[in-house]
Amino acid sequence: MAKPTIFETIKESQAWKSIFRHGAPSANARNRVLVVLMNVFLHLHPIRMKKSGVRMSFTWCMGGITFFLFLVETITGVLLMFYYRPTAEYAYYDIIALREHVPIGIMREIHRWGAHSMVISVWLHMFRVFLTGSYKPPREFNWGIGVVLLVLTLLLSFTGYLLPWDQLAIWAITVGSNMARATPFAGNEGPGAALLNSLLGFEAINAGSDARFALLAGRLVGEATLLRFYVLHCIFIPLVASVLMAVHFWRVRKDGGISGPL
Amino acid sequence: MGFITDLINYLCRPAILFTLSCVAFYLGLFPYREKLAKKSSLYTILVSMAVFILISMLNPTFRDVVTKPDNVPIVLMLFLLTFFCWLPLNKAVKNDKLIEEGKDVENKQEAKELVFTWPDLIFSEFICAIVVWSVLLIWAITIRAPLEEPANPVETPNPSKAPWYFLGLQEMLVYYDPWLAGVVFPTLIIVGLIVLPYIDVNPKGNGYYCFKDRKFAITTYLFGFLILWVVLIVLGTFLRGPNWNFYGPYEVWDLHKLEVLRNVNLSEYIFRFGGLNGGKLPDFWLFRELVGIILVIGYMFAGPVILGKTVMKSFLEKMGKPRFYIMVVILLLMASLPIKMILRWTINLKYIVAIPEYFFNI
Ligand code: HEM
Repeated sequence: MAKPTIFETIKESQAWKSIFRHGAPSANARNRVLVVLMNVFLHLHPIRMKKSGVRMSFTWCMGGITFFLFLVETITGVLLMFYYRPTAEYAYYDIIALREHVPIGIMREIHRWGAHSMVISVWLHMFRVFLTGSYKPPREFNWGIGVVLLVLTLLLSFTGYLLPWDQLAIWAITVGSNMARATPFAGNEGPGAALLNSLLGFEAINAGSDARFALLAGRLVGEATLLRFYVLHCIFIPLVASVLMAVHFWRVRKDGGISGPL
Repeated sequence: MGFITDLINYLCRPAILFTLSCVAFYLGLFPYREKLAKKSSLYTILVSMAVFILISMLNPTFRDVVTKPDNVPIVLMLFLLTFFCWLPLNKAVKNDKLIEEGKDVENKQEAKELVFTWPDLIFSEFICAIVVWSVLLIWAITIRAPLEEPANPVETPNPSKAPWYFLGLQEMLVYYDPWLAGVVFPTLIIVGLIVLPYIDVNPKGNGYYCFKDRKFAITTYLFGFLILWVVLIVLGTFLRGPNWNFYGPYEVWDLHKLEVLRNVNLSEYIFRFGGLNGGKLPDFWLFRELVGIILVIGYMFAGPVILGKTVMKSFLEKMGKPRFYIMVVILLLMASLPIKMILRWTINLKYIVAIPEYFFNI
């Protein structure tokens, strides 16, 4: 008997076999099924699917790319959180430190360009879903989940924009959130607010109590806003988005997989 | 050279750029669809875009704006979008032909075949991930993330711009007040998108690229996305400078550029120039704005009914009343943006209804 190669030895080891319960997926159809079935990550996929749905020219893999970018953002985001403190005193200098003093000082770059890319890829994903008519029955609901994911992606990007705490950041957020002041009924410069106040008999909606105030935790973009956006950016929105992504992927499968001509 | 840059600066003026985009949109989607769907068209467009950008880089203003780190993604997006508009168009033209000949669409046969996820899908996904990751790494190494001066709440930069993906909305502020451009329209986009599958009752075009089977849906969506969203982002990012004034791509951002604002409200047209009420605006807002209010109410309420009885009669019959009216209201609101733009460009109309007393301007 020939001496087993090092790979064979590894593959026969108790450790390897405990991790991969099946043989090489290239060997036979049964193993190809098992590799997807037994792996918690791969089993997001069905075992078999329509050939038309595998085609890159059909899906552009845009949903997959969006998800991949979300993972990249999560990982680089955690690394950034090791160094970043969301206070007016430290935030800006922590960002400088991330470039100057932290090893592999491009984490912030990957995170920022990844975020921009994710906005683009989610638009393109939606674009292809629309153009293939994949929102039509039975996938109406999943399209709706998708729209919420789109909004969450934009909000993630928006809340993150403030965190470097430089001129670019606070003024972009100031401009963006100024709109909330004009929310009908709920903003102090919105139509209907005066009416509401006069109906209630006291000044319910003013600059210190309106929609913009709730968003910014103050009348201006300040330290309280920074903390609020930080918590939304790092915890709340990613959490909600993760749950909705799970629902989204689940529904892709339950609605009959990637759409194809009936 | 000076002549060409002046010409391009001129062609980029909002009114002209918008009109040209609409014309290109129409030509590309209707009379020249099949020509545009050819590979050679894609190459021509991509190469022209690249050449235009490269040559323009010689101009310092253009270079400064386009290479601002946060603007780079928009350039990337324009190239991606060109490709991803062409690809489905190409497939749609092919499928349209097949359908006309009574044959199966391109991917019909493959939709009946099953393949294993491993390796067919997993490998493609893996390759995609590696490509995206490589691009991201190269991008991160070559372009630093921007970091300006520390935040200073008393020093407002001019222009102050929202993040690039919201610049379409910020551009809308030129034409509509914040309560519409910043609150009502975004809400409407979201709601409109969510209800889309429930209003589009056309069963055709599910699971394959096509155009002729869903002309109306595709044209509307493309117009909203490409013209009202992307073109406005490009305008807001590259062509708006200090005080949100227009600056051509090669025009220096001069802080002191004065743009004469001579926008006039509808009520002023009626009373001042029409000479009603002795040329004076009535004091009571309801009288002052009555015509505008009637126009707006007419547009939103009589509009759908009239459309349902005339040009869109077949839609009403196909969709039923609830769906039809929801769709038309959304459609009319969407159309109100270009309408207001045109009114601004042609007759300098500021507000159709102007009740600043209640922050209610339309
Ligand atoms: C964070 C954002 C999102 C992620 C990670 C995501 C991910 C995915 C993935 C991986 C797929 C499988 C097929 C493919 O790759 O195209 C998919 C399908 C789908 N997505 Fe998304 N998506 C997101 C946002 C959206 C948005 C914004 C929409 C639409 C408004 C949407 C609607 C759909 C629909 C309807 C399908 C089924 C497509 C079919 O059966 O052909 N998704 N999504």
